[in-house]
Amino acid sequence: MKMQKKEIVAMILAGGQGSRLREITDKIAKPAVPFGGKFRIIDFTLSNCSNSEIDTVGILTQYQPLELNSHIGIGSSWDLDRNFGGVKILPPYFDKEGSRFYMGTANAIYENMNFIDAYNPDYVLILSGDHIYKMDYQKMLNTHKEKHADLTISVIEVPWDEASRFGLLSADENDMIFEFQEKPDEPKSNLASMGIYIFSWPVLRACLIEDHNSQDSSSDFGKDIIPKMVEGHHKVYAYRFSGYWRDVGTVESLWESNMDLLGLNNELNLHDKSWRNYSVNPISPPQYISPFGRVEGSIVNEGCVIEGHVIKSVISTDVHVGRNSVVQNTIVMPNTNIEDDVQIDYAIILSDITVKSGTVVKGTRDHITVYPSEGGENHE
Amino acid sequence: MNDVMGIINLSESEEQIKDLTLGRSLGALHIFGRYRIIDFQLSNMVNSGLSNVAIFTYGKSHSIMLHVGSGKHWGLDRKRDGLYIFYPEINSEDNIRRLGDLENYRNHLDYLQNSTQKYVLLSRSYMLCNIDYKDVVQHHRNSGSDVTIVYKTIEKSYDRFPNCDTLTLDDQNRVIGIGKNLGKEERYNVSMEMYVMKRERLIKIIESAIQRGDARFLKEAIFQRLPELKVNAYRFNGYLSCIQTINNYFETNMELLNTQLCEELFNKYGPIYTKVMDAPSTYYSEDSYVSNSLVANGCIIEGKVENSIIHRDVRIKKGAVVRNSILLPYVTVSEATNLNYVILDKHATITPRKMLFGDQSNPFVIKKNMVL
Repeated sequence: MKMQKKEIVAMILAGGQGSRLREITDKIAKPAVPFGGKFRIIDFTLSNCSNSEIDTVGILTQYQPLELNSHIGIGSSWDLDRNFGGVKILPPYFDKEGSRFYMGTANAIYENMNFIDAYNPDYVLILSGDHIYKMDYQKMLNTHKEKHADLTISVIEVPWDEASRFGLLSADENDMIFEFQEKPDEPKSNLASMGIYIFSWPVLRACLIEDHNSQDSSSDFGKDIIPKMVEGHHKVYAYRFSGYWRDVGTVESLWESNMDLLGLNNELNLHDKSWRNYSVNPISPPQYISPFGRVEGSIVNEGCVIEGHVIKSVISTDVHVGRNSVVQNTIVMPNTNIEDDVQIDYAIILSDITVKSGTVVKGTRDHITVYPSEGGENHE
Repeated sequence: MNDVMGIINLSESEEQIKDLTLGRSLGALHIFGRYRIIDFQLSNMVNSGLSNVAIFTYGKSHSIMLHVGSGKHWGLDRKRDGLYIFYPEINSEDNIRRLGDLENYRNHLDYLQNSTQKYVLLSRSYMLCNIDYKDVVQHHRNSGSDVTIVYKTIEKSYDRFPNCDTLTLDDQNRVIGIGKNLGKEERYNVSMEMYVMKRERLIKIIESAIQRGDARFLKEAIFQRLPELKVNAYRFNGYLSCIQTINNYFETNMELLNTQLCEELFNKYGPIYTKVMDAPSTYYSEDSYVSNSLVANGCIIEGKVENSIIHRDVRIKKGAVVRNSILLPYVTVSEATNLNYVILDKHATITPRKMLFGDQSNPFVIKKNMVL
């Protein structure tokens, strides 16, 4: 039998609940949260794979997967519908030993070793489905190969005063990592892990089996696998990335990252045709700005009808903004109808709802209001 | 609707819109910000449940080819039936390329013979509307006629349908004459050039026209045989526009700056599908001013835009003023430029400090790739 193989397989961790996104993730997984007018968060990672010519991708789902699954489909939106490879959704499953939910990030990969083995890859790329960035993974893979590394971790320099929020790595002059600290109080480094790892597959495979057999492990890459590899005899290197990269794990960071798109020279530059960010395109007519409508410093997507005043906001597909309504500093998610005479400031308006005439939604720069919110302002 | 197949005939008169069809066929012309003209017929057919659709091209077909591809965006990439595209070719028997589209049908008669559907629906791309063909075919079946022609009754607007076919009907809605609209009557029935008949009937018409040599165009062949047939008419009452002149193209785009009409044309019997381009959302800068305009994705707007249609990936820079104009994809309008009643074709670039003024009845056309 002819044995086909892939040099590298990407695995995207997309099962997290994202509870710090409050009501936004009540019904959808974090990677499926709408972003930037026409995208969902996972589109960035999937587009990176596609643009980096990585055509074999497993997506590990667990929490509220319905919308995520229907968004991804057979992957054709990202050119990932391939004869050999392509995108596969990998939910937890049942076998003769019983059913097991994914207990940790490493455990999720362990449970899908047979998926990876089917492609007989040399390398496995571990990714998160909830980061906003553009990155060529082939460059990182080249570094991994040049250094004959067992593991390469993509890192980014963060300001020293914010460093204690991240998993930090200390590297020598050859970028070899000798220390790993998970969210330390006193940071020894300002190189933060971006949660992007390239492993040589035989090494990772052995580590996963060892981890599975140990009693006291939480089966997490950041807490268990990587510290053990750094301490042990493995060659672990850092790959330095510079450019736009955001973890949009909280309401405020999601809001801020959306607002970063509102500028002509924003770092993410979604208008770059050499690195298109792909998504499922809506079947909607162009946007219509009526004679009463005003749009300033904002992005608006197809299918919208703007009859009110939109300032410094991100308006997603098929949104209607009624007359005399003012929407500012706000993200409006798809298919929502904002009636006439509505005032919205510093908010995230969820999808598929009607905001009744006369409604006032006011948040602040430091506390973005999610509307509608069932549990009140402090619901986490 | 499993027993109906659709044909879109692209041999259309382009004489009065030729500035916009130099490198493309009329069906591939951009319209309403994100569509091409052929999208409407393809979507109408798909929304009515047809799954065997053929496009008979008539020259300059590469843009149609690039646009429709496998038919995937219309759900026509099927194992069984799906989308077919046929090109005119030189007859291999006598190495002569004949005038007229009938030759194209003759060369691909196999396709018609091998299709399994009982009925065929013939149409053009340039009659823009959102129509339910299920109802047309039902009407045809109930009427027991040989051919059904779709028409719309027009009052007092000669300009919008110049030289279109007109139908003279008796009180039973039977077609008793077919003429040309010269603008001599206030009220007339314009033929929408959509015909329903049995597939066998169409094959017979093509074969006999070739046998007798009395027609070069399919439409000509059908019309010549109408006296022998029972021909019925189906009345359409929705929005209709015929894009065969520059003025009509301009007027039709402008008419869509009306949300009710948008809703009808883009949604009435199903959505209008088109090839997706993955452009990001459009950015409106803080200095921009946009009013009463239809804008597609991928644009960056820093200037002033009024009563205009802006296609994908257009850039309008600071201090530019665009009024009553249609900008096709990838157009760049530079700083301090003033445009009024202008159609800018794809990839056109207007350099800084230019003034271009057309007129409502005579919009100024800047051709594809031009730098001014």
